[in-house]
Amino acid sequence: MFSTEAIKEIEEIKSKYPTARAALLPAMYVAQREYGLLSPEAYEEVSDLLGVPRTIARGVGTFYAMYKQIPMGRNVVQLCTNVSCMILGAERLVDHLKNKYGLEPGGTTPDRRFSLVIMECIGACGTAPAMLVNDDFHENLTEKNIENILEKYK
Amino acid sequence: MERVLLKNIDNPSSAEITEYRRAGGYESLSRALGLLPKDIIDEVKKSGLRGRGGAGFPVAMKWTFAAADPKFPKYLLCNADEGEPGTFKDRPILERNPHLLIEGMAISAYALGAEYGYIYLRGEYPAAKGILNRAISQAYENGFLGDNISGKGIKFHLAVHQGAGAYICGEETALIESLEGDKGQPRIKPPFPVNVGAFGKPTIVNNVETLSNLPHIVTIGGDEYAKIGSSDCPGPKLYCVSGHVERPGVYELPMGTSLREIIFTHCGGIKDGKKLKAVIPGGISTPVLPPDKIDCPMDFVNMPKHGSMLGSGAVIVMDESVCLVKVCYRALKFFEHESCGKCTPCREGTEWLRKILGRIEKGEGQEGDIDLLLAVSGNIMGKTFCPLGDGAASVVQNFIRHFRPEFEAHVKTKSCVVPG
Repeated sequence: MFSTEAIKEIEEIKSKYPTARAALLPAMYVAQREYGLLSPEAYEEVSDLLGVPRTIARGVGTFYAMYKQIPMGRNVVQLCTNVSCMILGAERLVDHLKNKYGLEPGGTTPDRRFSLVIMECIGACGTAPAMLVNDDFHENLTEKNIENILEKYK
Repeated sequence: MERVLLKNIDNPSSAEITEYRRAGGYESLSRALGLLPKDIIDEVKKSGLRGRGGAGFPVAMKWTFAAADPKFPKYLLCNADEGEPGTFKDRPILERNPHLLIEGMAISAYALGAEYGYIYLRGEYPAAKGILNRAISQAYENGFLGDNISGKGIKFHLAVHQGAGAYICGEETALIESLEGDKGQPRIKPPFPVNVGAFGKPTIVNNVETLSNLPHIVTIGGDEYAKIGSSDCPGPKLYCVSGHVERPGVYELPMGTSLREIIFTHCGGIKDGKKLKAVIPGGISTPVLPPDKIDCPMDFVNMPKHGSMLGSGAVIVMDESVCLVKVCYRALKFFEHESCGKCTPCREGTEWLRKILGRIEKGEGQEGDIDLLLAVSGNIMGKTFCPLGDGAASVVQNFIRHFRPEFEAHVKTKSCVVPG
């Protein structure tokens, strides 16, 4: 079940739009925060709160890359490998994460500390290569400094 | 040139309304509210402002269509989806100058008779979301948003709508679908959003940078504004430069500054004294250019004459160490991932292009693969609802047009020709 705060937040979101359906994307962010992913229960609760058919909620939720359909680790490493990052060494970072943490693209470490998601440009091209860890930007990455950065995420 | 869009962003508190007002912020809104809406549209027309999202559509023309539609309410949407790879020009406005955008939107909304607005912000900018929400609250508290703006009975409500990682939502009809709570799949046009957009109502979608020009246009007037930069598409322009240059970053320069000046004067030239090999001038969807084409003025009118496009002004600079087959392959991987799946030529075609490029890159290319790439590209071009498919096809066509020997060598020698 969603927390009371989450339900209140979704009601507030609804008030910002002329239709309840328009609250679907932001409400799914709330649901994801509650459950850590868009689980079948999360879809059901969102669809009930907004009066949107479940199949629609699921169809929309699976369209967007940032809604998670599988459980993530405690920290989500979102590393960009698009062209600007690639030509400045992002692939070496992917290899490094594999060697150092056993972290594969799309995978999660056995201790569930990290998940790795390969991103399609995060708008940090001038300070490439770059990643988001959860909601934090980290830029000008090297094999060396990425370890220091990840140390802070337990 | 005096900075307009990035004014005061070096001030660490630039996102605060007190700092913004100290520098004269929101005075343009007051001035605008003293004018008739049609007079503001006239000033925009005189300014020659074109949309900064990539297409370069004349702003006043879009606005005139929307203002003329009698349906209410009207919606003003700010496209802050900034997903075109290589593009990070709107981020400094969103994170460090949010009130400039809010003021620009309030002015635009008044000119258009729009009572509701949303900033469609990409999911990958979590910091900007907090900053914008805070700035919007401050604008409400100060009477620059709400039911009675500046006590003049003007109504405009604004909220942030966060996207969730779909490049296609930068296309305006897909953006509207996504705002309405649907998959971001483009709509067929007509009807155009200016008549039937968000929630079936007249809707104006403009880019962050476009809307952020409005305060300056109102302050100095359209005629003065039109003297900045290129005569046929004037104004300041944000160029964001990444890749192998000494000083990458976002540069606010007069529209029409040449690629050569951007790379060699402002960005300090190619990193570590290496040689320039190729430039993608306006984000990954725009045609790549070889070094002998970089004297072109970077604007909407001149770039097509030199075989490319201004796009979002996202300059990706590549030195001699870069394998262009690999870059092309990575670009197609992106397009395949981001194709919304609605149009068959794009959905299937991008996968085919990625597969063929992948095998060439791995040294498993077959004879005839390059012509096959061109044939597949030709079957995507012009056969889709939105420009994503065209972008993918044109990337392949232009990489081959300018760098065919490198692709051929990959197929022939089964390996990369770039040393290292």
